[in-house]
Amino acid sequence: MRLEPIANPTLARTTLPPAIAIVATVFIASILAMVAGANPFAVLGLIIKGAAGSKFALLETLNRATPLIFTGLSVAVAFRAKLWNIGAEAQLYAGALITVVLGTGMLPWASPALLPVIALCAMLAGAVVLMAPALLKVRFGVDEVVTTLLFNFIFLLFISLLLEGPLKDPMGMGWPKSQRLIAEARLPRIIDGLRLHWGFALALIAAVAVWVIQQRTTLGYEMRAVGLNKEAADFAGIPVNRVLIKTALLSGGLAALAGFSEVAGLKGNLTLDLSPGFGYTGIIVAMLALLNPLAVIASALFIAGIFVGADSMSRAIGVPTYLADIMLATALLLMVLAILLTRFRLVRE
Amino acid sequence: MDLFDILLSASFWTAAIRIASPLIFATLGELICERAGVLNLGIEGIMVAGAFAGWMAVYSGMGLWGGVAVAMLAGMMFGLIHSTLTVPFGLSQHVVGLGITLLATSLTYYAYRLALPEVTSPPKITAFKPYEIPVLSDLPLIGQALFSQTPLTYLAFVLVGLVSVVLYRTPLGLALRAAGENPSAVAAQGLSVTGLRMGAVIFGSGFMAVGGAFLTMSAFDSFFFEMVNGRGWICIALVVFGAWKPGKALLGAILFAAFDALQIRIQQTPLGANIPYQVFLMMPYLLSILALIAMSRRAEVPAALMVPFNKGER
Amino acid sequence: MGNSGEAQVVLRLNAITKTFGALTANDAVSLSLHKGEVIALLGENGAGKTTLMNILFGQYTADSGTVEVFGRELPPGNPRAALDAGVGMVHQHFTLADNMTVLENVILGTQSLWKPGLNRAVARDKINELAADFRLSVDPDARVGALTVGERQRVEILKALYRDARILILDEPTAVLTPQETDDLFETLRKAVALGLSVVFISHKLHEVMAISDRVLILRHGKMVAERNILDVDKHSLAALMVGAEVSAPKVEPGTPGSPLLSLRNVTTPDQGNAPGLKSLSLTLRAGTITGLAGVSGNGQAALADLIGGLTRPANGTLELDSADVGHWSPREAVHSGIARIPEDRHKTGTIADFNLTENAILETYHQPPMSRRGWMNWGEAQRATQHIIDTYDVRCPGPGTRIRLLSGGNMQKLILGRVLEAEPRIVLANQPVRGLDIGAVNYVHSELLSARKRGAAVLLISEDLDEIMALSDVIYVISEGRLSPGFARDSMTPAELGVWMAGHGFEAEQAHAS
Repeated sequence: MRLEPIANPTLARTTLPPAIAIVATVFIASILAMVAGANPFAVLGLIIKGAAGSKFALLETLNRATPLIFTGLSVAVAFRAKLWNIGAEAQLYAGALITVVLGTGMLPWASPALLPVIALCAMLAGAVVLMAPALLKVRFGVDEVVTTLLFNFIFLLFISLLLEGPLKDPMGMGWPKSQRLIAEARLPRIIDGLRLHWGFALALIAAVAVWVIQQRTTLGYEMRAVGLNKEAADFAGIPVNRVLIKTALLSGGLAALAGFSEVAGLKGNLTLDLSPGFGYTGIIVAMLALLNPLAVIASALFIAGIFVGADSMSRAIGVPTYLADIMLATALLLMVLAILLTRFRLVRE
Repeated sequence: MDLFDILLSASFWTAAIRIASPLIFATLGELICERAGVLNLGIEGIMVAGAFAGWMAVYSGMGLWGGVAVAMLAGMMFGLIHSTLTVPFGLSQHVVGLGITLLATSLTYYAYRLALPEVTSPPKITAFKPYEIPVLSDLPLIGQALFSQTPLTYLAFVLVGLVSVVLYRTPLGLALRAAGENPSAVAAQGLSVTGLRMGAVIFGSGFMAVGGAFLTMSAFDSFFFEMVNGRGWICIALVVFGAWKPGKALLGAILFAAFDALQIRIQQTPLGANIPYQVFLMMPYLLSILALIAMSRRAEVPAALMVPFNKGER
Repeated sequence: MGNSGEAQVVLRLNAITKTFGALTANDAVSLSLHKGEVIALLGENGAGKTTLMNILFGQYTADSGTVEVFGRELPPGNPRAALDAGVGMVHQHFTLADNMTVLENVILGTQSLWKPGLNRAVARDKINELAADFRLSVDPDARVGALTVGERQRVEILKALYRDARILILDEPTAVLTPQETDDLFETLRKAVALGLSVVFISHKLHEVMAISDRVLILRHGKMVAERNILDVDKHSLAALMVGAEVSAPKVEPGTPGSPLLSLRNVTTPDQGNAPGLKSLSLTLRAGTITGLAGVSGNGQAALADLIGGLTRPANGTLELDSADVGHWSPREAVHSGIARIPEDRHKTGTIADFNLTENAILETYHQPPMSRRGWMNWGEAQRATQHIIDTYDVRCPGPGTRIRLLSGGNMQKLILGRVLEAEPRIVLANQPVRGLDIGAVNYVHSELLSARKRGAAVLLISEDLDEIMALSDVIYVISEGRLSPGFARDSMTPAELGVWMAGHGFEAEQAHAS
């Protein structure tokens, strides 16, 4: 058995494998729903209805997609340069941390001045958090997959320490949570009366900005070159390590914006359950988007829809909501395989 | 003086060996995969799946060793998926590994919720009991630490020896190591790189799952969410720390577990009570990162680690 | 040696055909090998030699045709069948695991995988015995990673002999050897033939084919176009058969040396793993000359190319451009200083396979106007410049938006030539510029190097192919273990004399003389 590249793939070749991957994912989810004793059509119907069946459901999906767009962009930027940043979770909390530090009264400014400052500082914090693994990779050649993963655990414990210590809300009845943001530090809603905040718009702007950086700037060109062939990039004179550091700064900053947007737009304070794994899910968002920043938007909406829909389905008929995670994992594995099969065929020699 | 007392107490070393045991299984499993050239980031999820599968099997009436076998089989199943995607198809070992971790974890949680929909605290099983090996367990200090453990710990130590012998003293081990160093050397002898690598990942994943099962069937007697808690990632660091050699990896795991046992004890001293407990909980992860940095300069990485092999590539 | 009329046929390929998509790699190829015979399989790169051997070894399955070894047909697609039938292969790229010993490499795959022990003692005895019989001295317990290239090849041959191979196939075995090591190899092969083995020798080096083989078979574009007894041919007629026309290598006039453009003075660089660094090396490149650097691969060529190319700096000694010490030194500085760099490996370092032609063409210039301004790319300008290279250097491709991995090696190299030569550089660093190219592309590259010389550039040509060096160079140096021989004027040395230097002899006397 051998993989052979296909010189001129047909339309069927490029569309069929991804389509089959999606069908297979739904099929596997159906079987699992049946194992749970539920009618698979009812389950799928409820997921779709729960994700997009009403104005409330749709807004919920858009809100849930917002942090996923940021973490998806963070991962897409990093993976494009083959910087394996699995630490978006920690960077997200770093952004959230700065938001509550600066937004609970320390800077008594009006919103137009305060919000951009908080956002920028949050990005800086996320960038700093990714700097340690990035420097370890560049300086010592330590694999950043393991270090960013380990940093996630360390950083969450650090947040826990702060929430039970200096950042603890004295009025919080003993719960480990921070004080609430002042009103000036809250992201307003895009349209009065609709439960959707400016974080979502910021996410869309970020996606376009990342696309422009990748396609139109020298930095984007450098990041793609380093990701595709580090040796050739180095030979040509591209400063590989500097590019990796810049990539890390951008990637960490984007993930931190997820934390900023969640705290300032939605939650209003920092708790330990701020993120139900948005950082990790960002990896799936980015992979399903084939690392394309604009496709990240669609991919995040799709994944957010599955989560929101599964929550609502689970409330209705009791099939565990973990079905959504299974579907995403399956979709991820099948999709990377499907993308491969659009360009290669497995032949017996 | 306090520290000295702790280090000389048998109970401290008994705890260290117990903490080390699941790490030994999983580190060995990862080591086998990487020696054949495949990085298995599915380790964290596979440990979760193994912890659940073994415990569930015993809870539903199987014997303890039956539970270990079930855990192993569950791990091997995920190893089969992992290796199918990464070996013949040569897909990114990073992406597939993380995908397997997510798949195994979410399937486990789904199964747990289905099997026990109503419970607020998970049921307990009768776990492996310590077995005092006659005579040896009477030795001072190490007797208690090494020879009054549960049978699963003894199995971990036996496996280290077994894996060493297989890797260095059998034709199979020779072929495995060659597959991780230069797969074309294996292919040129008419052996199947695909078969060797898939086999390594499947068996290695089985060991990882047994490491997970140790948590529910020997260290504790019940299954909790988040109980693996990054141990898989730590084992990946331990493989690097052990320079891809079973014996050194074993020492690394014990050293690491000793530090872990130590921080638990320091936490209970008056000095430790003044330090936030989170600082202690961070220690294992910080130690792992330090180990990676310390070993980065002189690690003997298998040359073909993470390099897919496409037979007859022109 | 062989008497093809009577001796037993040990290997027979019958009308092997194999296609890859539109490409016919082997078109009804037949050959037979007799006991005690050496046949040479001659052909350009891409003529189908490697595919044919991959079919023999079951790595590929032929579309049609059969393989017979000792009169028995081999099952198709089974990699073990040929090995078990007594065919041994010495691959061009060694198939050895560096982290294991010679012994472990030799016995790899010779026993059932499920056997409990390795039986090292028995194996060691057999290896020592074979080594003595075939004059293949090598320490069974040495780590392969620590061996020289010549020793590694001996291990490869030992591997085949250890499994009682009666037929040896050697794929481009001399590409990495000094002339003296080549003689040793031929000595071993003659021993093997005397002991009744048969040999297939795959090569494109004509004088070696003439020296070792009894019969020569010529492959061109997948077809077996000629079979000749070696007594009936000479080098010139073989070359003509190989390329299908009378060969016309470019006529090379001597250059006119000008002022020194780049000088190394007593430069030392650290070793890189097995590859030696430079050992107090001095060298001057002059305008209007081609300086040839001969040597066996892995003797410091990479260190020298990395240094001049800006990837490393001298640990000791100085690198001077126009007689001034360079300050900061990086690939970018090298390019700005007017050094054109043609890298050794165009796939790994020269190009980015999944970038299109435009993106590859601007790799060295993207960061400055007109390709970009203040960090913003000007893709229109980049595309225009690329189209200019495509037109000027005759790069055959659908257009500047084509991914470069779809191009042939020759067209890839032409794009690299265009990238580095368009700015009319004063210094050209050509590291193995024609490796793996067909004769048409080889001539094209050589003529570009000559025209660079003509307009006054200093060219450093690094090559393992002594013929290429001797054909083009105005002055020839030999590098060995990071040390440099004196410069020899063109036509002042025979290949054998250069071979003595390539094997590492003469340097001590030279050093004593210098001090």
